[in-house]
Amino acid sequence: MSQPGQDAKFFQRGKIEEFRAELHAAEAKDKKFVKRKTVLKKIVANITMGTDMSPLFPDVVQCLGTPLLEIKKMVYLFLVSYGRSKPDQIHLVIPNFLQDCNDRNPLIRALAIRTMSYIPIPVVTEALSDNLRHALKDRDPYVRKTAAICVAKLYSADPRKAERGGFVELLRDLMLDSNATVVANAVAALSEIGDRQDGVIFKLNLATANKLLAAIPESSEWGQIYILDSLLRYVPERHADAEMMAERIIVQLQHGNSAVILTTIKALLYLMNYMENRQLIDYICKKMGPPLVTLLSSGPEVQYVALRNILLIIQRRPTVLKNDVRVFFCKYNDPIYIKLAKLEIMYRLARAENAKEVLAELQEYASEVDLDFVRKAVRSIGRLAIKVEAAADDCIQALLDLIETKVTYVVQEAVIVIKDIFRRYPGKYEGIIPNLCENIDALDEPEAKASMIWILGQYASIIDNADELLDDLCYTFLEESTEVQLALLTATVKLFVYKSRADKAKELVHKVLKWATEEADNPDLRDRGFMYWRMLAINPTVAGEIVLSEKPPITTDSDRMDRGALDQLLLHTGTLGSVYHKNPETFIRNAAGKALKDSPALNAHSRAVLIPLARTQLPSMAPIVVAGPGPTERSTEPQTQSSSVAPSPPSKTDDDTDLLTQSQPVPTSQTSSSNDQDETEDDEPPHTRQANNLDPYSNLDNAFGSYLADEPRPMAGRRHAEEDDLLF
Amino acid sequence: MISAFFIFNQKGEVLISRLYRTDFKRSIADVFRIQVVSNPDVRSPIITLGSTSFFHVRVNNLYVVAVTKTNANAALVFEFCYRFINICKSYFGKMDEEAIKNNFVVVYELVDEINDFGYPQNSEIDTLKTYITTESVVSAIQAPEVSSRITAQATGATSWRRNGDDVKYKKNEAFVDVVEVVNWMGSSKGTNLRADVDGHIQMRAYLSGTPECKFGLNDKLVIDRSTVGLSGPSSGLADRGGSDAVELDDCQFHQCVRLNDFDADRSISFIPPDGEFELMRYRATSNIKLPLRVIPTVTEIGTTKVSYDITLKTTFSPKLSATNIVVRIPTPLNTTDVDVGILGTGKAKYVPAENVIVWKIPRLQGGQECSLSAMAQLTSTTTRQVWARPPIDIDFQVLMFTASGLIVRFLKVFEKSNYHSIKWVRYLTKANGGYQVRF
Repeated sequence: MSQPGQDAKFFQRGKIEEFRAELHAAEAKDKKFVKRKTVLKKIVANITMGTDMSPLFPDVVQCLGTPLLEIKKMVYLFLVSYGRSKPDQIHLVIPNFLQDCNDRNPLIRALAIRTMSYIPIPVVTEALSDNLRHALKDRDPYVRKTAAICVAKLYSADPRKAERGGFVELLRDLMLDSNATVVANAVAALSEIGDRQDGVIFKLNLATANKLLAAIPESSEWGQIYILDSLLRYVPERHADAEMMAERIIVQLQHGNSAVILTTIKALLYLMNYMENRQLIDYICKKMGPPLVTLLSSGPEVQYVALRNILLIIQRRPTVLKNDVRVFFCKYNDPIYIKLAKLEIMYRLARAENAKEVLAELQEYASEVDLDFVRKAVRSIGRLAIKVEAAADDCIQALLDLIETKVTYVVQEAVIVIKDIFRRYPGKYEGIIPNLCENIDALDEPEAKASMIWILGQYASIIDNADELLDDLCYTFLEESTEVQLALLTATVKLFVYKSRADKAKELVHKVLKWATEEADNPDLRDRGFMYWRMLAINPTVAGEIVLSEKPPITTDSDRMDRGALDQLLLHTGTLGSVYHKNPETFIRNAAGKALKDSPALNAHSRAVLIPLARTQLPSMAPIVVAGPGPTERSTEPQTQSSSVAPSPPSKTDDDTDLLTQSQPVPTSQTSSSNDQDETEDDEPPHTRQANNLDPYSNLDNAFGSYLADEPRPMAGRRHAEEDDLLF
Repeated sequence: MISAFFIFNQKGEVLISRLYRTDFKRSIADVFRIQVVSNPDVRSPIITLGSTSFFHVRVNNLYVVAVTKTNANAALVFEFCYRFINICKSYFGKMDEEAIKNNFVVVYELVDEINDFGYPQNSEIDTLKTYITTESVVSAIQAPEVSSRITAQATGATSWRRNGDDVKYKKNEAFVDVVEVVNWMGSSKGTNLRADVDGHIQMRAYLSGTPECKFGLNDKLVIDRSTVGLSGPSSGLADRGGSDAVELDDCQFHQCVRLNDFDADRSISFIPPDGEFELMRYRATSNIKLPLRVIPTVTEIGTTKVSYDITLKTTFSPKLSATNIVVRIPTPLNTTDVDVGILGTGKAKYVPAENVIVWKIPRLQGGQECSLSAMAQLTSTTTRQVWARPPIDIDFQVLMFTASGLIVRFLKVFEKSNYHSIKWVRYLTKANGGYQVRF
């Protein structure tokens, strides 16, 4: 039926005058409107190429009289592109629009309101209002489903006007329409309105939620997504309600569309917070695994979204995919973003039973080509050693083998992780220090260098030539980065504490202290220099005790997100926020944040860590000034925000937590009863620490240095709103 | 939701530009061109700058791009891009720069129809083709009744199929293609690190009216269930099926399949779209029959030579054969030349540009084997770089064989006119890019 088009020739830049002349010429004699069609195609091609065709407005509009659908659609496309910039001429087309709104053909009626609503200027919306009201009650479902989306457009152009016109109520009524597609679009439109900061609140009660569920089997796949997504607006009051709802939607996990699957999982994860039936929760967890794995057979883009989400899901529900680490082994030709995401999941799923397999894979990756991937593989070996004690010996051996390769970046990564392994297993692996010392010259990156220096200082007592090695490293002291300078300063002080009799150590510490306090520009370095100097001068014994005091051991417990932060982040499963592992309100201007809502059915642990929705916050590192109209209090807000976002002393954080738990009405009886059931691994007692919820990894405590440096993340926000406008 | 939708060619020129919302101007396309098209090191299909996020999918040197300023559903955005690509392939036979440019007016119509204000709408190809056509349609002529039927279908419960009376075939036929992509990773020690099957069941349904189909596989769960039900001696079929039933890890279905039925008793029932569609996808990981075995022996002789001995064995019945076998054997980057010898069939040559020996075997019968031996000469390099040893990759096809053991047990078609229909089933197992062994 489709004969191949031949329209590529129209992709040529043309002049306004020529097109105008051609359009005029076509009016005289135009058999079957071929000429007009040709000119319009040229114009549309030019719009595509970015040429401004708006001066042709009156001429193009003339073509609307042509009874050819193809021409009508091209003119409408022109209007969508330029209508907004021609408020003084748009009245020319209003009669045509109105005529189409009353056409007998439902496709034409829908096309008319759809196009009108794309031109959000008062003249058009005025004309649209009445027709839209009719369209929302049109006998044809296609017109109604189009009208539903039109309301969202109208609302985004002028919220108050749309409210005054009673459109929100009409939309609400459409949720009970007999046609599933209409229902789904009404839900999509209401959700959009509800997500606006100035929009009406969109909540669902049990009865409506059930009605929506009934529409799912008859909805298109996209409609299913809109409906499933809206279930998060329903707050179950009873465990049974949440459980019943989960049972009804779980079949959607078998759908072929990955977005349906992920949205179903989002809804299930949400509902599980309100459930009590342990068996059902386990069953759901079991059911979620296979579809998630199947997503890894989709296109790489969907795989990527799936992997980033899996990483979150398995932290919250560790039984999911517990035995499936193999499916996350990297394929040689996976795109790099997939490999990096898989690596992270492999580490999360690693435990004593599968550590050997995982380690063998990581060793394989460490010899691949991509730098980032190799580095992350090497670091993962180190993290594996720290996480799984049984595998630590093998991991250390693997790292030593890698150091043998003498590939510089591999050696550097290995040194960085070995430092952490020393801290995790004190007194166990120090025997390998000589192997490390052989490679000091290969280290040229600050983090690796600083790690090696830390090792030299910390174990100066067992490294015979520690003084010589440190002395060598100090040659370039003044050129080093601050990270290395700080490490050198501390290491030389430790050396001196160990070997205070040795002249060399004395000489060295003196030299470094002098540099740090007199020559360095960095205030941190200077301060630390002064502090050490004074301590050593006043009481060297106490100084030694302080400098060499026992370090808190590194554990991997802190290496996962806060339960509360996770609960909150999982409300965004499948969305951009879940890819970046950031709450959307922290990186997208005007994005709606989400929080679990308290109800009698809410699981007690979830309640204890519940992070109430913060007011709109923007990233602390890149304050964005919001230009244009907004709530007036906005101007004062940034200051209060920055103070609350800034790292506060621990005592203060505790206070906050106490206040919070006191103010939460927690019925004690329920806490104890559900406690027992929740004591399984995925509901283990959460950290009550109310960490800075802007950064879910804030409790990592830097234990892994810049391990997360390659995390996908939004690029730094533009600093000035002006720049933003300039660009876009 | 999606604010803007673009198609770029390889040079970064805009072929299609559609703004669904007023929060962007067309110039946002320039940002994408700079950030992605002209950037040689793009490491993510999603790029976020400030509050703006770009999602892109590459297809035949085109970029299909969606832009948003919201916390959009990332899976939905990519699925929408995939769907758009499929629609284009179905409409124009292919999806490349030429096809888009030659049909840009239709593409604009499609883009307007399948997405409204950033929300994907009905995108079932069969339905779209009833009202978005490449021929001109005169609006006055198209009767409102016809349109009503179209709209009813576009919004209806079976939006994927035209009205029953509109579909007529002289001969009612249905073709089922079971296509399994088998993935395998073998370790250098000869063990299986992973073996799994991604199965697709493609269907071409040329059936009149509104046919109600029931489809049955040798799904272990179904067979087990029926064996329990029919515990008498009459359950010969079930017993037979039980012994070689397959365990499916997961199944996903086309929109047309009734998921509630599947959930209740794992039955697959549906009203099919007219023509070609993917009925289901499945995944299997247990008892995978690997059709080809590869035994590599690769030894580095000092720093100047690498010797290869690769043996290939087929494990399936001699009645079948593997075709289009392509083995890609990596060589070190500093290889100067390779001497290749072959025992059995095929041709092999060293491809310096890709650092591989390519060994092609047009056909290898079941139960046979052939082998290749080669010696790569290396130049001496000053820096001793470790060779990454990428895995050996094998591509092939085996007709009438399924690596999972899956069999179509029946396809029943019920239609009110009670016509007779003919069904055809084909099986194909293939490997492309995911059948590898380390050495």
